[in-house]
Amino acid sequence: MAKQLHEPVQVVKQRRDAALKALVEGVPYVRFLGIEFDRRGDELTAVLRFDEKLIGNPLRQVLHGGVTAAFLEVAAIMTLSWSYLWPGIENGEIDVERMAAGELPRLPRTIGFTIDYLRAGLPRDAYARAVISRSGRRYASVRVEAWQDNRDRPFAQGSGHFLMPPEEAAKG
Amino acid sequence: MADKVKIARQFIEAIPHARELGMQLTELADGRAEITMPYDARLVGDPKTGVLHGGAISTLMDTCCGAAVMSHPSAPGGTATIDLRIDYMRAATPGQKITARAHCYHITHAFAFVRAEALDEDSAHPVAVATGSFTVERG
Repeated sequence: MAKQLHEPVQVVKQRRDAALKALVEGVPYVRFLGIEFDRRGDELTAVLRFDEKLIGNPLRQVLHGGVTAAFLEVAAIMTLSWSYLWPGIENGEIDVERMAAGELPRLPRTIGFTIDYLRAGLPRDAYARAVISRSGRRYASVRVEAWQDNRDRPFAQGSGHFLMPPEEAAKG
Repeated sequence: MADKVKIARQFIEAIPHARELGMQLTELADGRAEITMPYDARLVGDPKTGVLHGGAISTLMDTCCGAAVMSHPSAPGGTATIDLRIDYMRAATPGQKITARAHCYHITHAFAFVRAEALDEDSAHPVAVATGSFTVERG
């Protein structure tokens, strides 16, 4: 299905937001942790809403290191998935309504992931952005950084390699 | 020594996020820890297959590595993760409990080094392995 050259802005936004919502809400663990995504064009920022259940120390109010690791991994996979699905969402090869109904395309899978803990995760919201360093047909490499109050003072950084789904899978 | 392990056990069992995931400390002594986590639909990463999300496995391994450090005879108290590398060998079988085993194999004045693996009921083929370094906190 060919789309007209300049679609109305609401149509474009609605399609992209619906696709992103389907991706995020389709994964139970992402909902469980309370991770949301802000979108500016194709750029994503992951947001982890603080909750008492995310605390990793009975004596101090700090985020569990595993939650931080999971947050970085989710941000990396979602950024990679979004970049991989974007052309199909834009040219109509991916049916966003089917995605919203729960028929998600196959997504990248983690091969390995490394996390460096730079500071304690404070009991407040956290943000993360990922950058795709290498995007190959079989696997992709992503680096990701998370911060809280100050963008220039990340509390964790990570990098990982991800197995890409077979090519025809992007069409849903 | 026994007191220290007891304190470490109480500490780990009181971690809010570990409780939320239903983690059970099944072994803790001399730098070795074993923690189990039941299968939970809230932790699924792929709704089509019901496979657990890697992040939940990472959380289990991070907790287990920290426990192993705390139980080491030379560890004076608390610990925090410096870095953690996780390799995922295969998807965990849906419905099965995950068991993490960690070994703090070297410890210095300031740092501890840990290896861990995560297993489902097919314990011959690990789901994931991890290596990490941790701080050794004094006082």
